[in-house]
Amino acid sequence: MEKMARVTTALGGNTITGRTMFCHLDAPANAISVCRDAAQVVVAGRNIFKIYAIEEEQFVEKLNLRVGRKPSLNFSCADVVWHQMDENLLATAATNGVVVTWNLGKPSRNKQDQLFTEHKRTVNKVCFHPTEVYMLLSGSQDGYMKCFDLRKKDSVSTFSGQSESVRDVQFSIRDYFTFAATFENGNVQLWDIRRPDRYERMFTAHNGPVFCCDWHPEDRGWLATGGRDKMVKVWDMNTNRAKEIYCVQTIASVARVKWRPECKHHIATCSMMVDHNIYVWDVRRPFIPSAMFEEHKDVTTGIVWRHLHDPYFLLSGSKDSTLYQHIFKDASQPIDRANPEGLCYSLYGDLAFAAKESLISSDSNRKPYIGDRRHPIFFKRKLDPTEQFEYISSSSALSVFETDVESGSMDWFVRTAKQYVLAGRPLAELCDHNAAVAKELDRNQVAQTWTMLRIIYSSPGTVSSANLNHSMGKGSASLPLMNSFNMKDIQSGMGSESRLDRSKGESRPENILMDSSSTLINNDDNEETEGSDVPADYLLGDVEGDEDELYMMDHENPHAEEQEYILPQEAFPLRHEIVDNPSALDHLQEKADSPHVSGNEAETVSLTPVESFSLISISHSLYENRLPPDFFSPIVRDMLLFYAEQGDVQMAVSVLIVLGDRIRKEIDEQTQEHWYTSYIDLLQRFQLWNISNEVIKLSTCRAINCLNQASTTLHINCTNCKRPMSNKGWICDRCRQCASMCAVCHHVVKGLFVWCQGCSHGGHLQHIMKWLESSSHCPAGCGHLCEYT
Amino acid sequence: MMDHGEAADGGTPVPSALPAGEQGAVAPRGLDPGRWVGLYSRGERTREETMDALGRELLSGIPSTGPSQGETEESPGLHRTLLLLLRLSQSCPFGETQEKCSQLLQALQDRGIKTPRQLGRGPSSFLPVEEILQEGAENAQRRIFIEAFVSTGRVDNITMVMGLHPKYLSSFWRTQYLLLCMDGPLPHHKRHYIAIMAAARHQCSYLVGLHMGEFLQAGGDPEWLQGLHCAPQKLRNLNEINKILAHRPWLITKEHIEALLKTGENSWSLAELIQALVLLTHYHSLASFVFGCGINPEIDHEGGHAFQPPSPRSCDSSPASEEGVSGSGGRDAMQEVEVLMERMKLLQECQLEEDEVTQEEMETRFELEKTESLLVAPSVDIVEHSLPHNVLCFVEDPGFGYKDFTRRGEQAPPTFRAQDYTWEDHGYSLINRLYPDVGQLLDEKFQVVYNLTYHTMAMHRGVDTSTLRRAIWNYVHCVFGIRYDDYDYGEVNQLLERSLKVYIKTVACYPEKTTRRMYTHFWRHFKHSEKVHVNLLLLEARMQAALLYALRAITRYMT
Repeated sequence: MEKMARVTTALGGNTITGRTMFCHLDAPANAISVCRDAAQVVVAGRNIFKIYAIEEEQFVEKLNLRVGRKPSLNFSCADVVWHQMDENLLATAATNGVVVTWNLGKPSRNKQDQLFTEHKRTVNKVCFHPTEVYMLLSGSQDGYMKCFDLRKKDSVSTFSGQSESVRDVQFSIRDYFTFAATFENGNVQLWDIRRPDRYERMFTAHNGPVFCCDWHPEDRGWLATGGRDKMVKVWDMNTNRAKEIYCVQTIASVARVKWRPECKHHIATCSMMVDHNIYVWDVRRPFIPSAMFEEHKDVTTGIVWRHLHDPYFLLSGSKDSTLYQHIFKDASQPIDRANPEGLCYSLYGDLAFAAKESLISSDSNRKPYIGDRRHPIFFKRKLDPTEQFEYISSSSALSVFETDVESGSMDWFVRTAKQYVLAGRPLAELCDHNAAVAKELDRNQVAQTWTMLRIIYSSPGTVSSANLNHSMGKGSASLPLMNSFNMKDIQSGMGSESRLDRSKGESRPENILMDSSSTLINNDDNEETEGSDVPADYLLGDVEGDEDELYMMDHENPHAEEQEYILPQEAFPLRHEIVDNPSALDHLQEKADSPHVSGNEAETVSLTPVESFSLISISHSLYENRLPPDFFSPIVRDMLLFYAEQGDVQMAVSVLIVLGDRIRKEIDEQTQEHWYTSYIDLLQRFQLWNISNEVIKLSTCRAINCLNQASTTLHINCTNCKRPMSNKGWICDRCRQCASMCAVCHHVVKGLFVWCQGCSHGGHLQHIMKWLESSSHCPAGCGHLCEYT
Repeated sequence: MMDHGEAADGGTPVPSALPAGEQGAVAPRGLDPGRWVGLYSRGERTREETMDALGRELLSGIPSTGPSQGETEESPGLHRTLLLLLRLSQSCPFGETQEKCSQLLQALQDRGIKTPRQLGRGPSSFLPVEEILQEGAENAQRRIFIEAFVSTGRVDNITMVMGLHPKYLSSFWRTQYLLLCMDGPLPHHKRHYIAIMAAARHQCSYLVGLHMGEFLQAGGDPEWLQGLHCAPQKLRNLNEINKILAHRPWLITKEHIEALLKTGENSWSLAELIQALVLLTHYHSLASFVFGCGINPEIDHEGGHAFQPPSPRSCDSSPASEEGVSGSGGRDAMQEVEVLMERMKLLQECQLEEDEVTQEEMETRFELEKTESLLVAPSVDIVEHSLPHNVLCFVEDPGFGYKDFTRRGEQAPPTFRAQDYTWEDHGYSLINRLYPDVGQLLDEKFQVVYNLTYHTMAMHRGVDTSTLRRAIWNYVHCVFGIRYDDYDYGEVNQLLERSLKVYIKTVACYPEKTTRRMYTHFWRHFKHSEKVHVNLLLLEARMQAALLYALRAITRYMT
């Protein structure tokens, strides 16, 4: 066989020539098959059964097998197959359940040879054995497969799938005895032709009917299946369990699959409904077909490669009553029209973007920025000599945008969480403490907020003068200015501030505005902040544009604008762009120079002075007028909302807890709950279990409070009898023994019991700790190497 | 989709507030039934609380003294609430609620309120009520009832009768739920309006009534219910295809599809059209089921209840006792079953015995079956029951009906070859593309019904009924002109007795002409549940046939 095949290849290579061509049939085709020598094709359908010769320029009708005045249903073919060994032998499957063989060598007009009427329902598929001349296999709607010996009148053996209808049967090309059958319920069965009693293997390949299958012509174990679920799957049958190695998702249910000769990974498919095209896929690139034939006007019902060893000629029959020969050169290649691009985030926030090089370089506007750390990598796909297509996109560029690891760090969060004190002391002390914590972490705005809260909510008598100085010291220069405000002004001023604050997340210009206004009042502080937090050597090329925006955005706040005008540019260092929305793609691509992905922190810092501005005015007026704390509730509420909106839910929750009843009523329950859950979630992600538990405990929301009251039961089993311990004591009900004995001192453990998860021995915490310091083995002597961490 | 936990309140679907059939949604007084949504809750507690509140309110509003007052003025709210109570006392799947409702009704009656009374007995006028409401119904069945109750607020009579086949019911119910209540291209009220249009074609006042209520609830414009002429043009355009699908689906062509899809501003999108087609065929065939099983009107609908005390004559309206099998034909009927069994066995075993049947013979057998189906048409003299205007107003061209397509002399349309356009391959693929979930569910439903068997036949057990089921299925398809190449239509003749054929043909083609006599006359020894089984096969086969024609037209339009 092998040798013969080679010969024909060489021969075929020489003889097969042709062009894309078609001919009209009189009726829709259901199936086609080619003769071994690739010179003739048979087309079968309900009302057609003809043989065409494939010539250089056209199809020529050679023979009409549909003879007789009133052709019977035996001619109504669901499938047809031409024997690959004997060029006179054909078999058809009829819709009425008859399997017919045809002998072209017969002298009479009617070439019908044998008739097998054993199936009760429509026969869906017939298949000749690849090397055995007389062996024919059929699969039918009635759920049976039958093997016929053409020298006998009846079937030799019957295989019962024990399930629904058989849709396809295919002899394995290499394994003499094996054939595969696919079923309407999604299963694929493998049979040994010698054992009709039971299938060798079965596996579920698709969801819904499996319409077709095809063995790989070269690779022994590969089976491709296509199903109604629009998938083409390639199975590796060499392993014990059939393994899905490739999967192609098409757009319509798959009616036929055929491996492309001489191309290991190529497979041709056509669909049952809706989609009329024929696709050739490279199974390794399942998202885009490597070639496409779009000639048919109705669904393609049969595809076949013209020659066993020639990958360039494909024949197809269709419901639109045409028979086509497709030439690969004329295929449309969707890849030409595709713009392959890839985008991926790494674990550390780096972003990689790959695209065809031509795409990137053609965009002249996109110049690399100063901070851009791009590493273009070029690679060329080596051309596979066996493949006919040239891949056009031979080179692509890969850009990697790195994130500054530091800026993404949430260190401050962890430290703040650990150091904050939320309860247990008078309010003033709590505020002071927390302010100090924030200050230490260079979070000035937060620190000021805490101080302010203390001033608002604790009675003036308790405020120590030192603290007061601390908070007032820097702002003292501008005090006279503030004094001139009357109460109403302050209030409205505060209102506008907070409104600005909240919208700040969205726009950058206001951000700058904040900086400027703050610089006016609190210069030193601001510079310090900026210096510590922001590397100042980042300059944006498009600052002007931003400034334009700035003026446009600010018309609702003329007061601030005025300040902006009188401000010398040098007074504040130009800030780099804050990427506040890392998921916005083009934003990142264009302004990729920003090392700061986390906008939250930077913004927080920049805001600080604003708060101090309000602080001063408030504290001052407090002294003047002794306003009740309730007066500030709306402002504090807005402040909390602002923090939460900014993403600093930590601040919101901490303040909420510290202030307790003073502010709780101002914020609706649901928002509170939402903050709590977010904060607890964050804490748990940082594995700050104790703190999260404390927060839960301190929260006043019912829904949160009960969080740590769920599933507090630990079920244990008795160490002796391994039964669950039911009562509360230390003695097991069943074996009447003390269950939790310490492996070191052999006394009952009451209280903390620690045990090894490997061998489940354990005992008093202290004992075990001590024991494991000196020995690494389990104290019970079980030989397990325990570890105490 | 179905989760069954007593505790899981507020579960899947939002229960429709009002039970269907309630018209003016806004009741001025406190007795608007819409307030008692809690009754449809899954949670026992909620139901109990609502029930108590309802009871309190009802009793408090009524002076316990004189009956005279209650009679004089009856608010529509009270009226509807009474009907709601009556319905729940009959069909609520939760025992305790059911009981409470009856108690409350009794209490009201004691206080002199005119309480309604159920007219017909049970959900079906053909089946004895005892058959349907067996004590301690199967678990699966009860679960589906609860599911239906919780999500739609009622267990309708169709569901009750289908409950005889719980496996099918769950599949049916899921499909119907998806079609009516889940996401889809069509707005909800239009779906109900399409259902009304479809049911009206078969003059099925039961379904029309049911969906008129649902339509209003879904926020439909009451104006539309005046008749088809009041509906928007877009829906009226559907009328033509509705007519054809209901009576002569083989006439549907791609031009019909084109006419719907390309008519300027009132045109349908393909996805909408698919949903509409599925709805139409669903309700056409459901109408068959309604008539085929003699479904009674819902208790709270017109004709389902009366406020008058029963007249002595009408009390025996249960079909149970009369002309039972014990009559004269008992022995014969017994034999019929035996003969049928014998034939089935023969057909199954020795297919090969008569294998020398020529193809021409087969062909003629199919034609014969087709033409013979002409003769099994029911006699015309059945009284045309005059229909209320509220059904007829949805019908245009009422004269258009089923017509045998093999009339002598006329050019018959070409036979539909089942193998050329099968549900499994083509129909499913098309639907699945345009209206994804429904394809899957329909596929499941067809499979369930086609393979449904209990291996029983009348008094026999362990019978393989596949040939019989296939004969019924294929006969229905044959009546609609679909031919299977691989089926010998001689079998139909052997297996289906004449009375059964008459019944099948009537129910499938002009269900409104079905009579009780037809129902009782076929298969006299078979159980009622088996007759319902036949009806299910009929329903699905009919639906598939119509769908296949419609989908083929769409496919042709698309290519």
